[in-house]
Amino acid sequence: MRIPVDPSDWLILIPEFILLGTAIAILMIDAFAKAASDRSSPWISLAGTAGAIVAAVFLWGNPLSGFGGMIVNDDFGVLVSTAILTGTALAVLISVDYVRREELPAGEYYALILLSTIGMLLMVSSANLIMIFLSLEVLSIALYVLTGFARMRPRSQEAGMKYFLLGSFSAAILVYGVALIYGATGTVDLQSIADELISPGVLGNPVLLAGAGLVLVGLGFKVAAVPFQMWTPDVYEGAPSTVAAFMSIGSKAAAFAALVRVLIFAMGGLRPEWLAAVWVIAALTMTVGNLVAIAQDNIKRMLAYSSIAHAGYILVAVAAANRLGLQSIPFYLIAYAFMNLGAWAVVTAVTRKGEEAVGLSDYSGLFWSHPVLAGSMGLFMFALAGIPPTAGFTAKIYVFMAAVAADMIGLLIIAIVTTIISAYFYLRVTVIMFMERPAEPPVVTVPTPLAVAIAVAAAGTIWLFLFPGVTQSFTDTVARLL
Amino acid sequence: MLPAHYYLMLSAVLFTTGTLGVLIRRNPIIMFMSIELMLNAANLAFITFSRYQRSLDGHIFVFIIMTVAAAEVAVGLGIIISIFRTRTDINIDDLNIMKG
Repeated sequence: MRIPVDPSDWLILIPEFILLGTAIAILMIDAFAKAASDRSSPWISLAGTAGAIVAAVFLWGNPLSGFGGMIVNDDFGVLVSTAILTGTALAVLISVDYVRREELPAGEYYALILLSTIGMLLMVSSANLIMIFLSLEVLSIALYVLTGFARMRPRSQEAGMKYFLLGSFSAAILVYGVALIYGATGTVDLQSIADELISPGVLGNPVLLAGAGLVLVGLGFKVAAVPFQMWTPDVYEGAPSTVAAFMSIGSKAAAFAALVRVLIFAMGGLRPEWLAAVWVIAALTMTVGNLVAIAQDNIKRMLAYSSIAHAGYILVAVAAANRLGLQSIPFYLIAYAFMNLGAWAVVTAVTRKGEEAVGLSDYSGLFWSHPVLAGSMGLFMFALAGIPPTAGFTAKIYVFMAAVAADMIGLLIIAIVTTIISAYFYLRVTVIMFMERPAEPPVVTVPTPLAVAIAVAAAGTIWLFLFPGVTQSFTDTVARLL
Repeated sequence: MLPAHYYLMLSAVLFTTGTLGVLIRRNPIIMFMSIELMLNAANLAFITFSRYQRSLDGHIFVFIIMTVAAAEVAVGLGIIISIFRTRTDINIDDLNIMKG
């Protein structure tokens, strides 16, 4: 294997390099001017993320492939990268006061967020199974540290430990799957795998099927699909809320991009074999995620199960593997970035005795003391439940249309029924906020950066409902990749 | 040269041992060692396939995996030490404030 590097190859990685430069700058400032770093690092990282978004958009409509086919830039990648970078920017905004309040080391915190984002962006543009593994580790190792970042809190330690063990376990499974695929096809390049699959001798090879299964399991852990979801609620509950918000968008979006590249672009020829597995995983994920969320009275755990359930809906689009499915995945991820980060932003604002107030009862009567905050939380709950006028509704409709187009009526029915079930626990939060009277109101602090994040998330949630056409015209170009 | 399936069997045995170790053992360090065993099983498989297909790719991937494993060790042991400092015992069953 020769990897000829053309100077133009570096163009593809401009967003990653901007983030890398920003992360190193933050670490340097942190090392030499601690006081300045505590104040400036959120804004520097916000500027870096904005720069990366501009660079990613600049790469739009300009399909490139570089580093010997290891890295590609296509419109699908650009859209998912935009979703990830939006999530990062919003996560940085909600972190500004959270990091100060929790007395976390600011420089390291923001540097790790950016380094993890680099891994996510690389994973989105990986065109090679080994690149997928490598970028998965880049994003995960930074996230392990971030999860256990509140070192003095036993919950954070425990979450860091669990995430680390299960994360590296899943990565090991993934890489063994890669090894088997390499053995069966003689290559790890996604395009070459797709070419190999044309020959019937390779198609029925059990080694290939086992490898594909293990890769599916490894990525299933990252997107938090049932039955590989057991780490999710504990990690989301124990991790600092801003970190949970960040990884619920970024690592999910990145893993879904990799899943699409592996299952649809590389192994589209194997769809008859993997469809049954993905079908069952999607059905289980939607059902278990939504049903168990009902039983939660901790809002962070509820959001964790909600994120599991949403992975199920995106998996429906993956299983459909048609043009509509491919279009709906980036749309869903962008919509999910807005509505989910909005909900997490509200969670960080509600405190009691200096601790986060995470019980559902802490939200009772929030509307009567903080109408705007409760109103936006209501909006995000509506969006997550898929009720108009929100982006969540549009995103679900696209997924359902993809399922119809692929003739997956069984899965469609499960998706619709679980959506209706999910309305119960999302709307319960709204009912608690609007109808009940607070016994002892929690302390609510909404500093300006947090308010901006909530406003942007709310605006995005409504905007994507009112003008899905803008994003649609982008996703149309994505569909042509198939 | 031994037939390829000798090495592949060994690699599969290592991988299974590692998987079972993660699932059964309750000490995080042992669980982590089992994960390393799984990574090395993948390494052995890569080397075998690479050798028998006469391509060099697999050898390169082994270096990548070893580098990643080293980075994981640094972070993992860091997390384990930070827990050990506050509670002097790291049995995974005691890490149960949250029930998944």
